[in-house]
Amino acid sequence: MSHELAIEINSLLAALILLTSFGLLVQRRVYGLLHIFAWQGVFLSVSTAIVGYSAGLNHLYISAAMTLVIKVFALPYILYVLIHKLRIKKEVEDMVNIPTTMLIGIAVVIFSYHLTAPIRELSTLMTRSTLAVALSTVLLGLLMMITRKKAVTQIIGFLALENGLFFAATSATYGMPLVVELGVALDILIAAFIFGMFFFQIRTSFDSLDLKEMEKLKDLD
Amino acid sequence: MTLIALLSISLVSAVVLAFIGDKRYAAEVNILGGAATFAVSLLLGAEVYISGPFVIANGFFFVDALNVYLAVLTAFVSMTTAIFSRPYMRHEREIGRVGKTAMRFYHAMYQLFIFAMLLALLTNNVGVLWISMELATLSTVLLVSLYRTPSSIEAAWKYFILCGVGIAQALFGTVLLYFAAEKVLGEGSAALQWTNLSRVSGQLEPTVLSLAFIFFMIGYGTKVGLVPLHNWLPDAHAEGPTPISAVLSGLLLNIALYALVRCKALVDGATHGNKAGYIMMAFGMVSLLVSAFSLLRQKDIKRMFSYSSIEHMGIAAFAFGLGGSVATFGALLHMLVHSLTKSAIFFTVGHASQIYATQQMTRIRGLIRANGPVGWGLMLGVAAITGMPPFGVFTSEFLILTATIKDAPIMSPFFLLGLAVAFAALFKKTMPMVFGEAGESARLSAHSIKVSDSPVVIHMLIVLSLGLYLPVFLSDWFHAAVRLLR
Repeated sequence: MSHELAIEINSLLAALILLTSFGLLVQRRVYGLLHIFAWQGVFLSVSTAIVGYSAGLNHLYISAAMTLVIKVFALPYILYVLIHKLRIKKEVEDMVNIPTTMLIGIAVVIFSYHLTAPIRELSTLMTRSTLAVALSTVLLGLLMMITRKKAVTQIIGFLALENGLFFAATSATYGMPLVVELGVALDILIAAFIFGMFFFQIRTSFDSLDLKEMEKLKDLD
Repeated sequence: MTLIALLSISLVSAVVLAFIGDKRYAAEVNILGGAATFAVSLLLGAEVYISGPFVIANGFFFVDALNVYLAVLTAFVSMTTAIFSRPYMRHEREIGRVGKTAMRFYHAMYQLFIFAMLLALLTNNVGVLWISMELATLSTVLLVSLYRTPSSIEAAWKYFILCGVGIAQALFGTVLLYFAAEKVLGEGSAALQWTNLSRVSGQLEPTVLSLAFIFFMIGYGTKVGLVPLHNWLPDAHAEGPTPISAVLSGLLLNIALYALVRCKALVDGATHGNKAGYIMMAFGMVSLLVSAFSLLRQKDIKRMFSYSSIEHMGIAAFAFGLGGSVATFGALLHMLVHSLTKSAIFFTVGHASQIYATQQMTRIRGLIRANGPVGWGLMLGVAAITGMPPFGVFTSEFLILTATIKDAPIMSPFFLLGLAVAFAALFKKTMPMVFGEAGESARLSAHSIKVSDSPVVIHMLIVLSLGLYLPVFLSDWFHAAVRLLR
């Protein structure tokens, strides 16, 4: 595979990752969200492997494999089991209407391109143009967490945000040192365990996973 | 070697307590772990004081004047909190607020949390610092919801999500930092080590580092609890068990501020200016003012003191932002005395809320008659935290004020206003709680509750003596840390 082809494929994968981020914003069904999230993981993993191949960096293969196992199989599976066990309603209603969210999302992407412009000029890596997509993914994940009020969707937004961070590490620097990547992966797994516990706790004390009911803690009662 | 031992004690204690945490002697094991950690931290301190800063394990861990004093402080407060936690958690167990599994979980997570904080302090790697900050968050999330009440679960969820998102921004900042450092130091872990980074900070790309600092500020600023990123803090600190409130307020905020300050020193080196400092000053001042006014309308005693923590972190962040040797010295001292005073206050608050079986301040009256030592502890703690002489907080705030008048005179009226409002609010709320008429039921329940006074007494004595006299080794460390941060 030639270097140019690798860049082309990588750009295509970046575009697909951005597409899945928007997909997460507009998808209303919980299982649909899980599918899109898993696909995002697939694109991320393939992109990491391609960068690792064309830059000749073996540690990126490990990162790619970790992404594949954790983000594509483990996390969606855990979430699937939780959703199934807790019998969460399949329809996800959203707080801000979809066209508005999409427009905000587009603004976020433009903002990301603007913010990362100086870095694009400084970098010599083949992946430099995808850093903006990585930041967009982070911010779109944040947007998803703000606009959705279900515990499950907030978690998926959070994990998409983590995907963005991971993508940023690959596109800005060909990945962080391995010890950092391993530690981050460990943290994500612990976080997965914790939100699993949380779903049960929230379910038993609020009788739903709708966070609208969780607005009791204010300064003035 | 001492350093590895220091880290492994808490980790081993965590594993041990995960199995025996519900036994009757678990609290003693917890104290033992804390005491051993503290003893080893003293050894480490002595080693650094005698032979200077050093790096071990291929540059993976390092100790210098800045992190060693925080490590000793962390070990000390975690030991005294473990002592306080023994009668406190025993009572909670007796009245059935926590079960067997919860006790095991509590003890194990407590030690894991200490481990995460020590790792954050002693690691040389910016990425590992991030990982351990996240670990510190994750280990305390489920402790906040230990009581399983709806409001505690809400608080824990907020803590989990807001800190998770916040700290994710800091990881983005770390990526940007690595991007800039890789060009100078080459690929690999070496490019993320504080010792290497501070050596070459002048050659790092200034635009990238300025951008990185924004992300560090949002990320670690959320953990420090700076306004407007503070929403999670009062809930998380108020709803969990009080020993956890004490270590969250007293220790974790310090660690997050430590991370932020290290990043600021790098960015200052790269930009040859004080741009990062101005940002920190703004966040600090806003935190001070907003939290001082929020103190006025608090009803829950633990929430009130959480806001007071935001206030003091604001003061410290402001002082670090101001820069200069006096302000930085004051800020380092402030982190130390705030940590000791605030955890002592939480110890007394914990006992008070057990005596009255409530956290509502209007229902806590006449504490000094119900239980003398607890009442006096709370009163003196509040006197100390509001910056009354001769306590140590007065010294540090006075230093910061003089630096403010000299370097940023325009800020000094706001600084004084914040301090004055906080003083008025805390005294107005505390006086009736401590004095005033105690009901019969409070006096009865005060007899049945076992109280450990020694942690409060020790903390307050140290804070008092730090206000009167600063030991030579501390001032040496502070001076060295000031040089590091410039």
